[in-house]
Amino acid sequence: MADAKRQVHLAAHFPGVNNTTLWADPLHRSQIDFSAFEHFGRTAERGRFDYVFLAEGLRLREHKGQLHELDVVGRPNTLAVLTALAAVTEHIGLVGTLNATFNEPYELARQLSTLDHLSGGRAGWNVVTSSDAFHGANFRRGGFLDHGDRYHRANEFVSLAKELWDSWTADAIVADRATGRFLAEDAADAGAFAHRGAQFDVRGRFATPASPQRYPVIVQAGDSADGRDFASEHAEVIFSRHSAFDEARTFYADVKGRLAGWGRTEDSLKILPAVTFAIGDTQAEAEEVAREVSLAQVTRRNAITVLEQLWGTDLTSYDADGPLPAFDPGEGPADTVSGKITKGWAPRFPNAVQIAQAWRAQSEAEGLSIRELVIKVAGRQSFIGTPSHVASELDRYVQERATDGFVVVGTTSPHGLDAFVDRVVPELQERGVYRTEYEPGATLRQNLELPEPGARVAAVRDAEEEVRRVG
Amino acid sequence: MTRRPTIAVALDGAGWHPAAWRDPSARPAELFTARYWRDLAQFAERADVDLVTFEDALGLQSSTLWSTDERTDQVRGRLDALLIASFVAPVTQRIGLVPTVTTTHTEPFHVATGLQTLDIASRGRAGWRAQISGSPHEAAHFGRRTVPNVDIEALLAGDSEQIRAGLDEAREVVEVVRRLWDSWEADAIIRDASTGRFIDRERIHGAEYEGEHFSIAGASIVPRSPQGQPLVAVLGHQTIPYELAATSADLVFITPLDEAQSVSILGEVRDAEVRTGRTGRPLSVLAEVVVVLESTPAAARAALERLDEQNGSPLTSDALIFTGTPEQLLERIDAWTALGYDGVRIRPARLPRDLEQLADWVLPALGRSDAAGTTLRERLGFELPENRYTAAAAAAGAARQNGEAA
Repeated sequence: MADAKRQVHLAAHFPGVNNTTLWADPLHRSQIDFSAFEHFGRTAERGRFDYVFLAEGLRLREHKGQLHELDVVGRPNTLAVLTALAAVTEHIGLVGTLNATFNEPYELARQLSTLDHLSGGRAGWNVVTSSDAFHGANFRRGGFLDHGDRYHRANEFVSLAKELWDSWTADAIVADRATGRFLAEDAADAGAFAHRGAQFDVRGRFATPASPQRYPVIVQAGDSADGRDFASEHAEVIFSRHSAFDEARTFYADVKGRLAGWGRTEDSLKILPAVTFAIGDTQAEAEEVAREVSLAQVTRRNAITVLEQLWGTDLTSYDADGPLPAFDPGEGPADTVSGKITKGWAPRFPNAVQIAQAWRAQSEAEGLSIRELVIKVAGRQSFIGTPSHVASELDRYVQERATDGFVVVGTTSPHGLDAFVDRVVPELQERGVYRTEYEPGATLRQNLELPEPGARVAAVRDAEEEVRRVG
Repeated sequence: MTRRPTIAVALDGAGWHPAAWRDPSARPAELFTARYWRDLAQFAERADVDLVTFEDALGLQSSTLWSTDERTDQVRGRLDALLIASFVAPVTQRIGLVPTVTTTHTEPFHVATGLQTLDIASRGRAGWRAQISGSPHEAAHFGRRTVPNVDIEALLAGDSEQIRAGLDEAREVVEVVRRLWDSWEADAIIRDASTGRFIDRERIHGAEYEGEHFSIAGASIVPRSPQGQPLVAVLGHQTIPYELAATSADLVFITPLDEAQSVSILGEVRDAEVRTGRTGRPLSVLAEVVVVLESTPAAARAALERLDEQNGSPLTSDALIFTGTPEQLLERIDAWTALGYDGVRIRPARLPRDLEQLADWVLPALGRSDAAGTTLRERLGFELPENRYTAAAAAAGAARQNGEAA
């Protein structure tokens, strides 16, 4: 039965600052010029995606005490570029990473509300936290919060933001010329709020009226136990890193299983892992494309850099085409300490010694050089094959509840999405698992098939009423 | 040949009169929509306005100076100005876009990168009106610091401790924002495939700023924007803000109420430039004026009276309230220009009514802008600024060469 099929949701990650963008590729243009964002946004919209996704930068990455120079560096301010994108697109959601550690709730809430107003209900917020004094050095609050505290702050931050967004009712503005009433009679204190918590002690009047979605769609990417709890309380989309099929299914079941504890339904949260793709007219051609991309992403110098991040020491004397270091992280030259060699990268290697040993074992067993090993272990799940094969794999993931869809990551800016939209999307549409048109006027939340915000709040309130009434 | 006076139009809600939203031309139900702001900016651009400013504050509008009120008969609610400007950037081509961004509570790093991005999205048309937030109720929205009630007498006397502290902090914020704007030299992105280097890290510089109020370590995350340094504007009513403008800004908006003040305040600004040791281009000085424009003086007065009556009290403003005909406004602008003013920032009492009057009658009489290019700097006749690090490197190189020659 065609209409019983689960629908695939797609988002597109702008290929900006990371180690996977092929900046030397002749197709690569700028990751800064607005025309790049415009092309990318319009392409995603042409492909009927739910949203485009922008990461955020708060300090330039450093490697061995100097700015890292091998990857794409430099990006615009997330909120400003998303709002500019709102002007040149009509349907596509606009989701940005915005840090809950280095922003203040009042200010960020009004900026997100503004984006939601100006885009007609297309705003989304990927909530991240930072525990990093390196980034903190660029901000007044400076310093950092330890892991637990940053989730406390993030949790209270989002709750407070929701209080602010709820402080205006949707019908507070009547703007009646005849009576001279701009605000409704019962809205004389529109925006009033008072909040006293462990992290924030604030009160006053919120300055921005209720926006089309009221709350932006809340996206979250953290993966620790704290992160998963935060996600199951607040998130409406999880930007997951679990993309291999079995792993994705396990993660999906775990997180969706936590929702009931917060009074939420399974449909109130979408899980979208980040994936890459390589397509060709034949499987062999696609494999060849994928191989070329890997070699361009992991140059000899890049391979050594990845190794240095894990080992926490200078390894420039190693040959990328040779074997891995024979010593474990922490046992090398005494002048560097594991974890300090790189700054500004998300911590990718929580248990360095164990990973290094596994990498060494794998490279010995399979006869892999440093570079070959890094290509094998550092890449994301990639869908490789003909458009029809890629579409069938994406579909399988969704039908079998490994995901609700995907965040597609291209390898060049701004054309990295073109082939996917032109060739894979029609295959998905053909299968009846992907929209062929947007619903006119639909918000991002509606496109994602998420419940309206506040529905849960209302349900809890009704339940409490009921208890009081019965009691 | 003298330049045409600069015409800035200050956009805020339905206009600067609190009852403006009741004017037949107003679109009060649309104040928070994309279409409203796009229409206003595109209309101003077609009329050849040089730049539009967008008002902002980190609190709700109020009829009282330092606290909120519970009036329901005036516009309440506002969108973030930097984001409104960012939104209209790709759908306009020539007009300067100057949002207000506060220096008191907003992180300087966010200010710097947000304005760089506006400059990129507008292809070089960004400016910044830097404004302090002195009110206790705005501080309570952040909860990070407490601000005492402003001592109005001290304020009027021109020497409020609190305002002075706010302005000192603002001076630091502008300084660090300018450093961040310079932190990437124009050619820092090299994309050198032969060496595998995307950037030349020697051409990116950390702000390394330590001031009284905060410190910032790193470089901006945004490469150098088209203008390098977007133009910075400050609105001032007194000596201390004039000094902030003289040390930190490119443009100053001032509020002469009559002929005598038009002379004396301009003199005070020039004195402040001397006192603070300003070098380089003098401040561009724009006079602020609230306008109600109709085809006869009587009609303009009647329009203002009607709005005043609707509001329940006469309009008050920090700036001159001008009611009259477009010809009379042109005379007013001519008089200021003759005194050495670079132009005016016009605050339309009613939007879009008074903007339409400007477009139909005032701007055509002034002639087209003689701008040599499309950036805001070019439009207002400002040079492209030198990057401090590129300039320093060039100077060091020249010194080395001279040394070798000797």
